Amino acid sequence: MTDWEAPDTGVDPFVTSGDDRRLDATTEIERGTEGLWTPSSLLTHDDVPSHVGFWKRFRRNKVATVAAIYLILLILAAIFAKQIIPQNPNYQNLLQINMRPSTAHWFGQDDLGRDVFARIIYGARISLEASFLAVALALVVAIPLGLFAGYAAGAADMVLMRISDAIQVIPALVLALVITGILGPSTTNVAFALAVVFAPGFVRLIRGQVVSVREESYVEASRSIGAKPLFIIRKRILHNVASPLIVQAAVTFGFALLAEASLSFLGLGAQEPTASWGTMLTRAFGQVYQAGWLLWIPGGAIAITVLAFNLVGDGLRDALGTETRGA
Amino acid sequence: MTAEDQPLLRVRGLEKVFPVKKGIMRRTVAQVRAVDGVSFDVGKGEILGLVGESGSGKSTTGRLILRLIEPTAGSVELEGQDVRALRGEELRKTRRDMQMVFQDPYSSLDPLATVADVVGEPFQVHFKMTRKERDNKVVELLEQVGMGSHHLRRFPAAFSGGQRQRIAVARALALEPKLIIADEPVSALDMSTQSQVVNLLLDLQERLGVAFLFIAHDLSIVHHASRRIAVMYLGAIVEVGDAEEVYARPRHPYSEALISAIPVPDPQAERDRTRIVLKGDPPSPLNPPSGCRYHTRCAYAMEICNTVDPEPTPTVNGGTVSCHLHTSGPMLNGRPISQSLRNTSG
Repeated sequence: MTDWEAPDTGVDPFVTSGDDRRLDATTEIERGTEGLWTPSSLLTHDDVPSHVGFWKRFRRNKVATVAAIYLILLILAAIFAKQIIPQNPNYQNLLQINMRPSTAHWFGQDDLGRDVFARIIYGARISLEASFLAVALALVVAIPLGLFAGYAAGAADMVLMRISDAIQVIPALVLALVITGILGPSTTNVAFALAVVFAPGFVRLIRGQVVSVREESYVEASRSIGAKPLFIIRKRILHNVASPLIVQAAVTFGFALLAEASLSFLGLGAQEPTASWGTMLTRAFGQVYQAGWLLWIPGGAIAITVLAFNLVGDGLRDALGTETRGA
Repeated sequence: MTAEDQPLLRVRGLEKVFPVKKGIMRRTVAQVRAVDGVSFDVGKGEILGLVGESGSGKSTTGRLILRLIEPTAGSVELEGQDVRALRGEELRKTRRDMQMVFQDPYSSLDPLATVADVVGEPFQVHFKMTRKERDNKVVELLEQVGMGSHHLRRFPAAFSGGQRQRIAVARALALEPKLIIADEPVSALDMSTQSQVVNLLLDLQERLGVAFLFIAHDLSIVHHASRRIAVMYLGAIVEVGDAEEVYARPRHPYSEALISAIPVPDPQAERDRTRIVLKGDPPSPLNPPSGCRYHTRCAYAMEICNTVDPEPTPTVNGGTVSCHLHTSGPMLNGRPISQSLRNTSG
């Protein structure tokens, strides 16, 4: 919100000036006089709309801020990989295999003499792309379904919830493994499989929120005005569901990254020679006796990035918390 | 009956039965008769007070009229048009004529919508307007309820309960309704703010000629706010009458008990008067008593009250009362329950 005005800091908000707080029971309504009902001196910092307070609250969480900056840098690096590292990440130099980190090759070189730093950056592209695609697909499916199930209630709700129960009883990774196995190994298929795995959780979360928001009297008020269900869902329900959904999406993003790496590690995701963190791990695993340190680099990248997503998720939850959002 | 003298709102035999479901098969194991045959009229520009204790079905009645909840039986007519027969688009149009102000101004305003969005919502729903036009309308409405235009971009969290209720009233006024159903509009507010909001409603009724169905459990507020009062007990209206009459000379033992519960602001008088203290809780609407629904707690209960549900009897000045005291036993015939009757039946 840009049109929010900062409270007048020149005046102590708690000091009342003169008699503008006559709020006795017999006071008649005086139209046009603001003072009686809304003495500006009574306006406190509660006036700050939630959007403005959000960044302030998020920044207070140092760890989450650092994690967010890391993720932003990582995403930028993934997007501009070609500009940052013009060389082909698949370029082999068989004269220099399993080389330890040096100034020329920051993260060393793998068993085919490829630059590990380049592969990590290009790999981030694959890993982030797949996770993003998985979460985005899951959300695209889950948002309408969750809103529908929660708002429509009744039989449709029950059927949808039982279906999502059925999906959720299967361990996430096993299900993703099976789906990718059937569809055939590729990054897109991994993303699709993960979307199937994540969607029920999102549907459930959204539905739960909708069910609780639906009972609020502002929704009833909208109905009494004559608003159509779609209007109510769009204008009244969706934004009240958004906060927990954003948090959940951030955390799921981390899990997607981990799952993508796991599936790639098992050979179901990106295929050699394409660099992805999971395939790099597989590759390094084969060299564990020759160059064990190679495991640390993709492993560390995965661990740090997943951790960062979780930390950002926590930070978002604290900053978006509905209890603080109202005030 | 001509269009002139027909009431604005005409409610006849309104009923709502909520099934109580149990188990996975959602079998109906019981029924709650929340509203059980309610009839009343609200005239044009009139304020009708609807009082009763918690659980008497007042709020449900309000929602049934608006069809926020579907009635089980009965009819609701707004200017002669059957509201219950309306479907889809017609219902949406009719909703413009009837608006509602809710009990809790903390939950009736979307916490993430600005005042401009909340009050402008009716325009957004019913008319094509640019944002600018809408905002102008909103400012006008805010003025009507005594709030300034600088609140436009604020969120509900920035306001006190009374201010929020004003915003809610402004929203209800947006479509220039003929009837506003105010569901306990002040019971969530502080004493000092209560009268401000009541005065605002009275002021609007006077200036704009809006009729109100003023629902409350506090008889003194209703007495102050309305010309006519309907007293509800366990899903049915037991007495309707002129506010002053009902307040000063109740015809129904339940109204009498309700009025006796209001403290008198004079310590001497307060000590001297005999209060009627109702024993026990109201019976469950799951299993309402046979005969007169009030007989289990009535000080004057007679034989007939156990078995026969009393019919409404006209009172001297235009009201009605549903009580056997008026048709059998002491045969009050619509006269107030007198002091002597009170003493003899102890």
